[in-house]
Amino acid sequence: MSLLTIRNLTVRFATATGSFTAVDGVDLSVDRGEVLAIVGESGSGKSVSMLAVMGLLPDTATVTADEMTYDGQDMLAMSDAQRRRLIGREITMIFQEPVASLNPSFTVGFQIEEVLRFNLGLSGKAARDRALELFRAVGIPQPEEKLKAYPHQMSGGQCQRVMIAIAIASNPRLLIADEPTTALDVTIQKQILDLLMSLQEDYGMGLILITHDMGVVAETADRVVVQYKGRKMEEAEVLDLFENPQSPYTRALLSALPEHATGDRLPTVSDFFTEEAAR
Amino acid sequence: MTPVTPVVEGRAIVRDYHVPGSMLRRAKTVRAVKGIDFSVQRGKTLAIVGESGSGKSTLARIIALIDAPSEGELLIDGQRVDIAASRPGPELRSKVQMVFQNPYGSLNPRQKIGDVLTEPLVINTDVPAAERRDRARAMLQKVGLMPEHYNRYPHMFSGGQRQRIAIARALMLNPSLLVLDEPVSALDLSVQAQVLNLLADLQDEMGLTYVFVSHDLSVVRYIADEVMVISEGEAVEQGPREAIFANPTHPYTRQLFAATPVTDVDAIRARVARRKAARQAVA
Repeated sequence: MSLLTIRNLTVRFATATGSFTAVDGVDLSVDRGEVLAIVGESGSGKSVSMLAVMGLLPDTATVTADEMTYDGQDMLAMSDAQRRRLIGREITMIFQEPVASLNPSFTVGFQIEEVLRFNLGLSGKAARDRALELFRAVGIPQPEEKLKAYPHQMSGGQCQRVMIAIAIASNPRLLIADEPTTALDVTIQKQILDLLMSLQEDYGMGLILITHDMGVVAETADRVVVQYKGRKMEEAEVLDLFENPQSPYTRALLSALPEHATGDRLPTVSDFFTEEAAR
Repeated sequence: MTPVTPVVEGRAIVRDYHVPGSMLRRAKTVRAVKGIDFSVQRGKTLAIVGESGSGKSTLARIIALIDAPSEGELLIDGQRVDIAASRPGPELRSKVQMVFQNPYGSLNPRQKIGDVLTEPLVINTDVPAAERRDRARAMLQKVGLMPEHYNRYPHMFSGGQRQRIAIARALMLNPSLLVLDEPVSALDLSVQAQVLNLLADLQDEMGLTYVFVSHDLSVVRYIADEVMVISEGEAVEQGPREAIFANPTHPYTRQLFAATPVTDVDAIRARVARRKAARQAVA
């Protein structure tokens, strides 16, 4: 059953030279317990469409959609107060730069307890115990010690674990992860992806994973949406996408992967668009 | 047959960083590179693979004659080079050039592209201005840009185009060795493919030797002749690409391979099946 449904989402930015359309008529939906990957290169609008759902876009952005429903509730008709009850509790998000996402002036323990206090009304020992429990759930070594640490005293991978702990603190039903492993080394990337996948299964969350990396898609997604320049190019089950890509852009992306190189040269995206135009 | 002199050779290269102490902390020495040997033949590519903190960029800076090794010998075209003892002259600087990871950071935003490209000639040669201009325009074409880009500023270019400019700048002095520190990791996949193709073409055309630093095994597999895997300052594995990819022997190399995502259809099919089975078990 569908958890989040978006129809005909368009996001425009007012710029000095006129209006710029970052997302152009995108439809997407994610089911309960499903992992949806949104894949695209920079400028594809993959992050902007999810920031629109979260209400995190600046004032210069105009968001329109025919439908935006979360669990049967119309998000477009909601008051700000109603929306705030959803965002950060039922729907949470993690970002690309874990170290930059945390406040450098406070301990990570303070930051997770703040979320518990604000969203769940926990305080004192109850908050501390829940924070500890969450740190254990995301695999932070020596969790008691680490609650007292500042973000700069932890590695990038550990900061991302803290971000994940904060994001799952309120038992969300939908987690949006925007390039969660792009800033991390491959061995750490694997650990973080494994963690996200096991939490997703344990908590039965819907997970939207925004990424540019076809490898990450292959290792995690159930279903994939491919975006290019603000438009949806293709939507498919993960196996179908890799086995039998329909859109020329997806074919181009897959064959530009160095591991798929057959000859001396790597095919590029423009090769595919010229080929398509010649047909 | 006389053995061919490698373009670059390192013998037991060591690099220490001294962390100064304070009232509360004792000074300490961090050994970032712990005695690495390597050599690269003309027209070949050595890929240095490792994760953050492995010392791969430190080694790249030593090979590019930016930093001096603390111990060990560096030989360029068979000649011993010691930049700690004497500043490298124009001839040596012309032989070795470097391309950095982030083309947004490595180009001066206030410098026109033409000046970016002619500056190495101004500093290291006495080529007259008119010829410098001609060479820069020709180089722009060689790297897939237009001569009319000469008068533009870096912000007017995309990431891929900027990396082409950085490559063009490195090639202005006709180097024999190019040190590339993660040259495609800041680029989108499709742009990455274009830049890798460009590097392959330039290598064939100009007989360039590359030292290619990367964390991305799929890129390394595509571009390298020889591979060196480094971890915590040590070369844990070194050899021809085919051998390392077919049969990695060191546990760290294996761990790196195991962590690299696979985009193979059979692997995806197996994963999807596992996930389905796990769900049914729960239901």
